[in-house]
Amino acid sequence: MVQDSLRKPPTSPAPGPAKEYLTFTLGPEEYAIDILKVQEIRGYEPPTTIAHAPEFIKGVINLRGVIVPIVDLRIKFGVGQAEYTPFTVVIILSLSSRLVGIVVDGVSDVTTLAPEQIHPAPEFAATVDTRYIEGLGTADGRMLIIVDIEKLMLSAEMALVEAPADAL
Amino acid sequence: MLIDMSQFHQVFFEETAEHLATMENLLLTLDIHAPDAEQLNAIFRAAHSIKGSAGTFGFTDLSEVTHVLESLLDRIRKGELRLSEEMIDTFLDAGDVLKTLLDAHQRGADSDPSAVKAICARLERLATAPTAAGAAPPAPALPGQAVTSAEPSALHENATTSPASAGYELSFALEGDVTFISMTFDNLVAELSGLGEVEVLARPAAAGETARLRVKGPAEEKTIRELLEFVAKNDSILIEPLAAASPPQKEEAYGFFEPLPAPAATPAAEEEAYGFFTPLPQPATEAYGFFVEPSPPAAPAAPPMAKAEEAKPAPPVKPAAETSIRVGVDKVDQLINLVGELVITQAMLQQSAAHCDPVQFERLFNGLAQLERNTRDLQEAVLSIRMLPMSVVFARFPRVVRELSHKLGKQVELITQGEETELDKGLVERLTDPLTHLVRNSLDHGIETPEERIARGKPPTGTVTLSAYHQSGNIVIEVSDDGAGLDRAKILAKAKERGLPVHEAMSDQEVWQLIFEPGFSTAAQVTEVSGRGVGMDVVKKNIGALGGRVDIHSEPGVGTRMTVRLPLTLAILDGMSVAVGRETYILPLGYVIESLVPERHMIKSVSGVARLLQLREEYLPVIVLAEVFRLPHATTTWESGIMIVLEADGKKAALFVDALIGQHQVVIKSLESNYRRVAGISAATIMGDGRVALILDIPWLVGAACRSLPAAA
Repeated sequence: MVQDSLRKPPTSPAPGPAKEYLTFTLGPEEYAIDILKVQEIRGYEPPTTIAHAPEFIKGVINLRGVIVPIVDLRIKFGVGQAEYTPFTVVIILSLSSRLVGIVVDGVSDVTTLAPEQIHPAPEFAATVDTRYIEGLGTADGRMLIIVDIEKLMLSAEMALVEAPADAL
Repeated sequence: MLIDMSQFHQVFFEETAEHLATMENLLLTLDIHAPDAEQLNAIFRAAHSIKGSAGTFGFTDLSEVTHVLESLLDRIRKGELRLSEEMIDTFLDAGDVLKTLLDAHQRGADSDPSAVKAICARLERLATAPTAAGAAPPAPALPGQAVTSAEPSALHENATTSPASAGYELSFALEGDVTFISMTFDNLVAELSGLGEVEVLARPAAAGETARLRVKGPAEEKTIRELLEFVAKNDSILIEPLAAASPPQKEEAYGFFEPLPAPAATPAAEEEAYGFFTPLPQPATEAYGFFVEPSPPAAPAAPPMAKAEEAKPAPPVKPAAETSIRVGVDKVDQLINLVGELVITQAMLQQSAAHCDPVQFERLFNGLAQLERNTRDLQEAVLSIRMLPMSVVFARFPRVVRELSHKLGKQVELITQGEETELDKGLVERLTDPLTHLVRNSLDHGIETPEERIARGKPPTGTVTLSAYHQSGNIVIEVSDDGAGLDRAKILAKAKERGLPVHEAMSDQEVWQLIFEPGFSTAAQVTEVSGRGVGMDVVKKNIGALGGRVDIHSEPGVGTRMTVRLPLTLAILDGMSVAVGRETYILPLGYVIESLVPERHMIKSVSGVARLLQLREEYLPVIVLAEVFRLPHATTTWESGIMIVLEADGKKAALFVDALIGQHQVVIKSLESNYRRVAGISAATIMGDGRVALILDIPWLVGAACRSLPAAA
């Protein structure tokens, strides 16, 4: 079901200004997302569970009067332990038309990456479909997995939206 | 000083729209053969108000149309023209043109001048139509009689045969020197002006030449004659009374200075008189809107007229401006949101205080109890601002039915019931279109032609009934007709043709729901009205979007009833909170009938799996919420839980939960704005402790329970 048109061009990242990325950890892995998609970072509070939802959708929380679903990326990506400690963090993402919270092990940094610092991700078999991976970056010798978080969150497999954009 | 008129435009637009709506309503209820004078006046007043304010704001096209309309209406209400079906149609169309113009102005767009011309031409044609002949009432004898009694010497032929004299036409030759002729004439005109409006028809250039004047007003012939005798040759004086019904007077229906008998026409009264002193058929009630401050001089003038005609009391003055204010909907909505937040805060306080010792903190608890009451009252009051009576929606249907039945050649009577039922303004606005579709559908497909109806032994006039009422937290609107009913075979055949999964064993309900499929129409012919299959699916979608449902009940040959059920308001819900395992759910209170602790013997099993609750004489399917939602940690023994008996869509079921927590008013928050629809959940809300609780979709749950238990039905 992989549609080529949706795949990020694997080679030659478009030259452009450097972008800022928020990096966070999931178990031993480090991920980076476009910081402009991040609304806020808050501590984890047990959400209200939703019946029949996939395991990685923890439920919904009340974010100042707005109902926001919470996704545990550790469960979705199958990395690390889905434990909820006082240090567990929720990143509230502001996507095109909706708010979604993601549970991560910890937020590490804000990193600036120029397009030439991002290398295309090789084709590999992973729990995450590679079409949601923009590329791999390096910062201080650590590998960052850069995720197109908007495309991922609005995809059918996240089961967060009624008619996912990539189902059309 | 320059005043920016545009700031008043919005008010003008709203008011004019209201006037137009009033006019349309009145036109539709008007009995053509015996129009009610009061109604005619009201229509006239509406047109007049529009004309006045349109003129003020410089919308000349609006005032142009209303002017023609007003003149015609004026003649009708005076009985000079007889009302005809054609006129009503034209008036309604004129109303439409005005609406279009108003819309155009509101959007700042250019209006179409040809439409204005066309409708004006139509109205003017009506004004000159031969129907006017013979319709003019005999000129009221009143002024003539008054003249007779007040001025016995004036008892000459003219006064009696043409009693409604509106003035005199004078012709005379002036005496004296040629140089003085002009001055004398001017002096005379000035003198005569004191008696009424003077119009110079022919001005004499030399002595002996005939001068001609027209004097309009309540002057007496004798007075004029005396004046003339002073300057003119006695034998040349000719005074001819003007006929009241002559065209020029008719146009000027305000008739300031009609020649009324002197006693009534005291100078003071003249000022206030307006329509009073014209020889009108219904004197007192003809008072336009000018009646606002009935002046003392005018009042005594009325009785003699009222005596001559049928005594009708003056219309009561309505101080409409004092009883309402216009407020933007956004302000009201903001208020509702704020109250919603207040309700949450109040609940939060109450919950926090629950741990305190009621004895020690008695005053706190008293205060909280009062806060709860006040919050609730405030909430109700604020919500009621948005509530509008159903009549707002129903008001447009007489017109729809009238026009459609004409077009279709059917005779249809519209009955509306429960117009006073109130519902949220947001619903009102979004309900109009779906309801129009349903009514059109009833007229087009439901009601048969008069011939068919007679052949089937029904009265030739079909009936479409619109009714609204409240039922357990819902508003129910029914559109029913006594027409042919839905044709099951035809619908099934059509569905097969369209490749829909249908079979003969489907229940009627399921078959009827097929007509809501997109593009589904069984109309043999595509008419202008319906048949293109656009509509019913939109109806279902729109009603669904409002959180409502459409049910159909149909009997072949007897009729069809479409029932629309909607929640009363979109914002707040009375709910009951229940606990299952570690979760809390909200049940809309409207569905709850009762709750009970079940005993083992009340639970019956069917084919080993499904469970039924025996409640008195009934067997109800049991919904175990923990199983439906796969919740851990829930009660597993019947005795330790609670059964809540629910009713939705006429079906009953028992919901098994761990415990009842309490009753709250909850603010409905959409789950779909950031998430998606969840089966069994209709929305979410925020509880007093700030946590999210999900609101159960009872119709879905009950429906699912009944579907899985067909034997129980």
